[in-house]
Amino acid sequence: MASLDDLKKRIASVKSTQKITKAMKMVAAAKLRRAQESAERGRPYSEKMNNIILNLSNGISDKENAPKLLSGTGENKVHLCVVMTSDRGLCGGFNSNIIKKAKSYFSKILNEGKQLKIITVGSKGNDQLKRVYGDKIIENISFKESKNTNYFDADKVGRTIIEKFEAGEFDICTIFYNQFKNVITQLPQAQQIIPLNNEEDNNSDESYEFEPDEDEILSNLLPKNISTQIFKAMLENSASEQGSRMSAMDNATRNAGEMVDKLTIEYNRSRQAAITKELIEIISGAESL
Amino acid sequence: MSEEFKIEIVNPEKSFLVKEDVLEVVVPAFEGEMGILKDHISIISFLKPGIIKVFSTSGDKNYYVEDGIIEFKNNNLSILTSVIFAVADLDKSKQEDLLKKAEEEASKVEITDQAKYLADQKVEVLKSIN
Repeated sequence: MASLDDLKKRIASVKSTQKITKAMKMVAAAKLRRAQESAERGRPYSEKMNNIILNLSNGISDKENAPKLLSGTGENKVHLCVVMTSDRGLCGGFNSNIIKKAKSYFSKILNEGKQLKIITVGSKGNDQLKRVYGDKIIENISFKESKNTNYFDADKVGRTIIEKFEAGEFDICTIFYNQFKNVITQLPQAQQIIPLNNEEDNNSDESYEFEPDEDEILSNLLPKNISTQIFKAMLENSASEQGSRMSAMDNATRNAGEMVDKLTIEYNRSRQAAITKELIEIISGAESL
Repeated sequence: MSEEFKIEIVNPEKSFLVKEDVLEVVVPAFEGEMGILKDHISIISFLKPGIIKVFSTSGDKNYYVEDGIIEFKNNNLSILTSVIFAVADLDKSKQEDLLKKAEEEASKVEITDQAKYLADQKVEVLKSIN
């Protein structure tokens, strides 16, 4: 059994760890509120953007000559996956959930004999993926310096993707991120952004006037839409990250509390045992006289 | 019958402006300024750098935008833009900041004609605000 001194030291160290996790939980809770607010405020923009594009693509006259960003290259050989994770750890299963989702998708693609390219956003994803898929990663983007999620960062990622698309480096692009549902649930998502999938049936036969014509508007709008989708994913991700961290730290704090209780009992027991032993020794010593 | 309609301006970060009592909006559409009144035909267009003028029963206001898309449908005007400022809130230093950025962009050598045109527009509009 550990000596009294050792137990005392362990209790002290668990207690100080508990203090840290508690503080991290508080910080995450404060950040979560902000992240959640901005995720909610960002939703109208991406929804409206989606709506307009939907209306536009329905109204487009010449489907064959539609911009490639909308209709795709017509091939299905090279897949680009953008895996969006956080830059920091200690947030529970947040990063691993995205990675798990992404990995199952990767192996599906590779089994079909297609080519895979990966862009990682956030350093944690890069760390986890480079062991297995290191040769497939073509770029790693990280926003460690920027404090808040902002549109310009998203735009940067969007531009990179579009440049690569225009250079013919891939046919299909999918982004992976965590959708924020509530503090305990985050849903890892895979969303295809190029070519745009319009699965929803839009039967509004609203006719629009376009100025300039549809094609020109579309070719201007689609790149913006990519950035918008990425921005949305980043906002959802940052809310999810804080939520996930908060619940992870809450668990850690509780576990530390349980551990302190257990150790304290053990400490008291062994202290009592030592006293009893001494007493017995004294009594039996006195008896033998 | 009232002549009012609804306007909603959103940027990626938040919903920037919602107003229900708008009488007329003048937007800097790509092919020239365009005034929108109630019961305008459904339209989608995009914006070049310029000033959005909102005339409403509760007062008129001007906004500076750098880009954007507008959609008008069922007397709902939605404007999506990434850069927008209320002209009234635009102080000297901010304006000069924007102007400097725009001028830099316009003086770049390897940009397309369209980008050049847009950057020149920005410079022109920003200068005219004073």
